[in-house]
Amino acid sequence: MRLVGKQTWEFENPIYINSVGTAAGPREAEGPLGKDFDITYDELRCGEDNWELAERKLMEQSIKLCLDKVELTPQDIDIFLAGDLLNQNVTANYVARQTQIPFLCMFGACSTSMETLAVGSALVDAGFANRIIASTSSHNATAERQFRYPTEYGGQKPKTATFTVTGAGTALVSRNQGPIRITKAVIGKVNDLGIKNPLDMGSAMAPAAADTIQQHFEDVGSTDDYDLIVTGDLSGVGSPILIQLLKDEGIDISARHNDCGLMIFDHTQEVFAGGSGCACSAVVTYGHIVKQLILGNLNKVLVVATGALLSPIMVQQKESIPTIAHGVVLERAGGPV
Amino acid sequence: MIDYVIAFLVGGGICVIGQLLLDFAKLTPAHLMSLFVVIGAILDGFDLYDKFIEFAGAGATVPITSFGHSLLHGAMHQSEKHGFVGIGMGIFELTSAGISAAILFAFIVALLFKPKG
Repeated sequence: MRLVGKQTWEFENPIYINSVGTAAGPREAEGPLGKDFDITYDELRCGEDNWELAERKLMEQSIKLCLDKVELTPQDIDIFLAGDLLNQNVTANYVARQTQIPFLCMFGACSTSMETLAVGSALVDAGFANRIIASTSSHNATAERQFRYPTEYGGQKPKTATFTVTGAGTALVSRNQGPIRITKAVIGKVNDLGIKNPLDMGSAMAPAAADTIQQHFEDVGSTDDYDLIVTGDLSGVGSPILIQLLKDEGIDISARHNDCGLMIFDHTQEVFAGGSGCACSAVVTYGHIVKQLILGNLNKVLVVATGALLSPIMVQQKESIPTIAHGVVLERAGGPV
Repeated sequence: MIDYVIAFLVGGGICVIGQLLLDFAKLTPAHLMSLFVVIGAILDGFDLYDKFIEFAGAGATVPITSFGHSLLHGAMHQSEKHGFVGIGMGIFELTSAGISAAILFAFIVALLFKPKG
């Protein structure tokens, strides 16, 4: 049985991450993980004419870097799973136009990184594909414009606001032995506790992360398998809420929890409560955590990417923000890098 | 000297109210701006804004509330001559220089610079 309990998937075949590629923007390059990214740009436009093209370039670069490392081309890939934050997922769609790989476009807001990785792993496990790539991107200027205000507008932000990460991350998954094994995934339910403020998504998403983590522990019947449980972009506001929500259920993850949005920037960088966006969990997971697993500093990690399924129109109509979180379990496999 | 102090305190006070509305009433910047323009127009409707300007000077003319006051002033002025049609004719009478300048300078800046973020 591949379904364990209610929401956890356990892959029957050994599934591996064979390669990763990451591209990131200027603030991310200056942050504590700057050296972990394959390529960084010193300006937000990344040498392109507009922000959307810049985001597209980031995703294209991350794919190219991921495939170059293992000397593959897009023709060697069976399925391309990707998503981003822009309306109609334009970054992913236009990159797919270029790559010409059979394409599954996905939207889970900032949870898309683990959504694509989980579904891609399932396709490989079931034999529908030999090799897949999972890719997500976000860009500070495109996302701020679409979801909040254009930065030129100069609207004030409260301290609970997050700062959209500029970057893209891609992972190549197959049954060929690699350094990281994907053993499980957990698919989240949509949660909504009534938060309506798009400038406080950490509070909105924390219950979704808590729900997914708690359900996963229930499914596998254990709470202490992991040396790191990392959430996507709960930031400084949502992380303590998550820890408290789980404590209320008798689960203490405080010593093992971290958040990609807090790891990618340091507190001197004026990013409000921390980083967010599809790229936040993608570049931190594929750039930093994968490296730590390869080096042996980590052995088993649960990555829970959190997504605020926010639509500016729904917010204007006074609707609250539905949220979701998907998890993937990464284990050190010791295979060839 | 006292004029400067009063202007500073009154103008600053209006801004403090705006900031409090942003932070605690969770108004968006656009809602806040519209609200202040409407308040200025209503006060002018009761003939209070001119008295406010006499008292606070630039403290009353610089904040956006004075834009509402100018809109109403122009509209009322023309409506005296032309009736209802005059409201439409006069509403931007006093503010047209400001609006034109905003459009012109925005255009020039857009030609010369690229947005940074």
